Amino acid sequence: MIYLVLFWEFFKIGLLAIGGGLVTIPFLMDLTDKYDWFSKQQLADMIAVAESTPGPVGVNMATYGGFNAAGIWGGLIATLGLVLPSLIIIILISKYVMKYENEGIFKSILFGIRPAVLALILYAGYVLAEMAFTDVKTALIGVLAFAIVHYFRKLHPIVFILCGAVMGIVLKL
Amino acid sequence: MVGYWNLFWTFFKIGLFTFGGGAAMLPLLRMEVVEKNKWATDEELLDYYSIGQCTPGIIAINTATFVGYKMGGIWGAILTTLGVVMPSIIIITLIAAVLQNFMNNEYVKEAFAGVRIVVVALVLSAVVELWKKGVHGRFGIFIFAASLALLIFFNLSPIAVILIASVSGLTYLRLERK
Repeated sequence: MIYLVLFWEFFKIGLLAIGGGLVTIPFLMDLTDKYDWFSKQQLADMIAVAESTPGPVGVNMATYGGFNAAGIWGGLIATLGLVLPSLIIIILISKYVMKYENEGIFKSILFGIRPAVLALILYAGYVLAEMAFTDVKTALIGVLAFAIVHYFRKLHPIVFILCGAVMGIVLKL
Repeated sequence: MVGYWNLFWTFFKIGLFTFGGGAAMLPLLRMEVVEKNKWATDEELLDYYSIGQCTPGIIAINTATFVGYKMGGIWGAILTTLGVVMPSIIIITLIAAVLQNFMNNEYVKEAFAGVRIVVVALVLSAVVELWKKGVHGRFGIFIFAASLALLIFFNLSPIAVILIASVSGLTYLRLERK
């Protein structure tokens, strides 16, 4: 029963991949050895598609991998499998996080963590920048884009993303 | 209690316009969750991110589940999670099924190249905005700089960085109190 196997394999990935979408890659690599759902070459294509299409990268890879293995239902089931551990675990801990967020030890811990999370986000931005800035031209556009985005920060990010798509086509990036 | 439909639709939009994962989602989350709907504060969002980094699963999903649970209990959590993955399921299935050559199209490639630049600008702008909320005093700046150094020069995993920061925060506040 391929659907059950798909669900179970992606459920395990959702449970074991701590730290975000790209952490799922080594687990997907293992799948190419275990099953004939997709090849290593297809996995490389999957990563490229997942990174440039909308949606969290990990989710995109699960849908793409599941689809390659068993069609539309395969994509759906793999995605549900991936998401389910998060859903269960976060629901279980949410109650306590919201209760103790502003108390004692927990508050002191978060005091140290917040600047660290900002560093993590900036670092993720740097990784994205490495992919986005391919030459001097794109880097200069990036600086200009930051100035504009930051000046008009009350505008919805969707507006800027759509402008970015149009700009890409007009400037033939 | 917020309308369930509103929760689902908000996260559907966020999923649809997130290009690149957890960090790329942050500017959209701030606009929709903090500024527009006021479902959480910037500080809470940062906390959800840090917990989402250390718990299993994809950060984007973990953060969506947190906000959903806060606003609408278990059903809220399920709906925000479904909302954020739904665009992926639809778009990726379409690409895999009928648009095999979609990613090789010149215009698509150019559009994505443009979007990637804007996403970097948006993430950077979000970091600047969150700086006021998350980094306090010399100690905050120290943790920020040290974390960045650990990530860049020592390739430390995000979980390790968060663990080190939490222990430092705890120790610092203990010492300060004495």
